[in-house]
Amino acid sequence: MSDDLYREQILEHYKNPHHFGELPDADITQEGDNPLCGDVITLYLKLDDGKLGEVSFRGRGCAISQASASMLTDMIVGRPVAELKSFPTKDLLEELGIQISPARMKCATLSVNTLRVALNGDNHEED
Amino acid sequence: MIEARAIDTTEVRADFPILGRTINGKPLVYLDSAATSQKPAVVIDIMDDYYRRYNANPHRGVYTISEEATAAYESARQGVAAFINAASGKEVIFTRNTTEAINLVRYTWGRVNIRKGDRILLTEMEHHSNLVPWQLLAQEVGATLEFLRIDDQGLLQLDELEARLSGVRLLAITHQSNTLGTINPIKAITAAAHRAGALVLIDGAQAVPHMPVDVKDLDVDFYAFSGHKMCGPTGIGVLWARRALLEAMPPFLGGGDMIKRVKLHEASWNDLPWKFEAGTPSVAEGIGLGAAVDYLKNLGMDQVRTHERTLVDYALEKLQDIPGIIIYGPRNPEIHGGAISFTIPDIHPHDLATLVDRDGIAVRAGHHCTQPLMDRLGVPATTRASFYIYNQPDEVDQLVIGIQKAQKVFA
Repeated sequence: MSDDLYREQILEHYKNPHHFGELPDADITQEGDNPLCGDVITLYLKLDDGKLGEVSFRGRGCAISQASASMLTDMIVGRPVAELKSFPTKDLLEELGIQISPARMKCATLSVNTLRVALNGDNHEED
Repeated sequence: MIEARAIDTTEVRADFPILGRTINGKPLVYLDSAATSQKPAVVIDIMDDYYRRYNANPHRGVYTISEEATAAYESARQGVAAFINAASGKEVIFTRNTTEAINLVRYTWGRVNIRKGDRILLTEMEHHSNLVPWQLLAQEVGATLEFLRIDDQGLLQLDELEARLSGVRLLAITHQSNTLGTINPIKAITAAAHRAGALVLIDGAQAVPHMPVDVKDLDVDFYAFSGHKMCGPTGIGVLWARRALLEAMPPFLGGGDMIKRVKLHEASWNDLPWKFEAGTPSVAEGIGLGAAVDYLKNLGMDQVRTHERTLVDYALEKLQDIPGIIIYGPRNPEIHGGAISFTIPDIHPHDLATLVDRDGIAVRAGHHCTQPLMDRLGVPATTRASFYIYNQPDEVDQLVIGIQKAQKVFA
C-alpha cells in the first residue's frame, strides 16, 4: 500500500473521471453526501437482466471521494445486481491502494455507501 | 507613561511547549487557532499544580485544600470579570463552552421571554452554536427566525438593520465571524437593537481571545465565549449577562451547588453566579482560564489585536497573489480578524489541508460549523487559516509555498 495519498492513478481518476455524467434513462438515481466535507455524488444505475447494464455518476468534492467513485464505476459495471447489493467496502479501498486516515475514510467510502443505499434502500454491508 | 510593548513572537513562542513539535519532520505551523488556541506553559502548569497540591471539591469543604480550591476557582472568575470589564464576578457564569452558554440563555431567558409569534433576529454568518439553539427554541414555542444578510465582502447589510429589528425580541449575533473573519460593529448594532426594544446576545468566541472586549462599553445584554480559544483549557466557557437579567432568569441545570435550601418537593436557588452552576464545576479548567486571562492581560489585548491585524494584512496581500484564489471576507484588515477563508480552483479544501499537513502546516478545511454561510457563498467548504499571538509572517510564507506545491500536484 502506498503512503502517497495523491498517487498518479487517483489524480488521474479525479481529473478525468470514468463514467462521469448523467444517465437520462437510469432505473435508479441515488444521491449521497458527506455533510462534514461537502462531498456529494449522484449515482445513476441502469439495470439489464439482473445485471448492472450501465452506470454513471456526477459529483463534486475532494479528490479522494471523486476518484473513488470513478474507480467504483469501473469495478461494478456489468456485474450481477445481487452481488453488488453487498459490495464490500474493502474491495474499493484495495483498489484505491492508499492509506486512508480515519478523517478521510468518509470521503473514500462515499461512493460505495451510496451504491448500497441505491440497491438496498439502506447502507447495510454484509460481513 | 510606559509605552505599550508590541508582541515579540519569539518570546511568546517560547511560552508554548507544543510549538517545539515537528510534524513529518517539519516544525509545526499552527494556523487553526480559530478552532482552538494552543496553551502556554503557565496554563498547563497551574492546572497540574491544582491536581498535585490542592485538588478538592470547592464551595463545600471546610478543610484547607477545599478552601484553597475555592479561592483559586473564584479568583479566576474575578480575573475573567475584570478582563471583560464586567460590573461584578456575579455576572460571570462558568459554562462548558460558548455553545453551552448560548443554550443556557435559550433554556432560561428564552423559554420565559420568547413566545409564539415572536421574532429572533440572527445573521447569515452565525456559527451553528448561535443558530441551532434558536431553531430549537423557535420550534418549541412557535417563534420565527429572521436573518440579516451579508454582502459580497462578507459584511452585514446594516442598512437593513432598523427595518429588520421591528418587533424583534432578541438579536443574537457573532462579534467576529469564525469563517469570514468579519468583525461586526457590535456597539452600533446593539444601540439600534435597544432602540427597537430587543435584547442582544453576542457570540464572542472569536472576539474575546483576539481583541479588547468591554461588555459595559458594548452595552450588550448577554455575551458568551470559550476558554479554549484564548489560551485556556477546553471544558470551560463563560456566559456574561446583566445582573438584573440573571436575577430574573430561572435556573438552567438543577442539582448540587445551585441551591440554597432543598425540601422534598421544592428548592430555592443559590445566589449569583452559582445559581447557574449545578454540580461540581470544572475546577482545574476554571483555574486554567484564570491563568490564560492573566497571560493575555500581560501581553495587552490592544497589542494582541495589533499583532493579528498586521498578520492579516500581510496574509491577505500574499494570498491574493496565488493564481485563481478566492478569498472570502473583508479586504480591509481593520474589520478583518485573524481568520482568512479561501478556496483554490480545482483543489478541494480537504485535499489542500491534507497536502499542506505534510509540511507540518495545520489549517482547517470544511464548513467551519457555518453551513448556511457556505450555501450563501456557494461553496461546499473553504480552507481557513487563522492566526494568534504566536504566529509570524514566515508562517504565512510557508502556507503560500504549501498552496503552490498543492497546485503543482493538481496541475
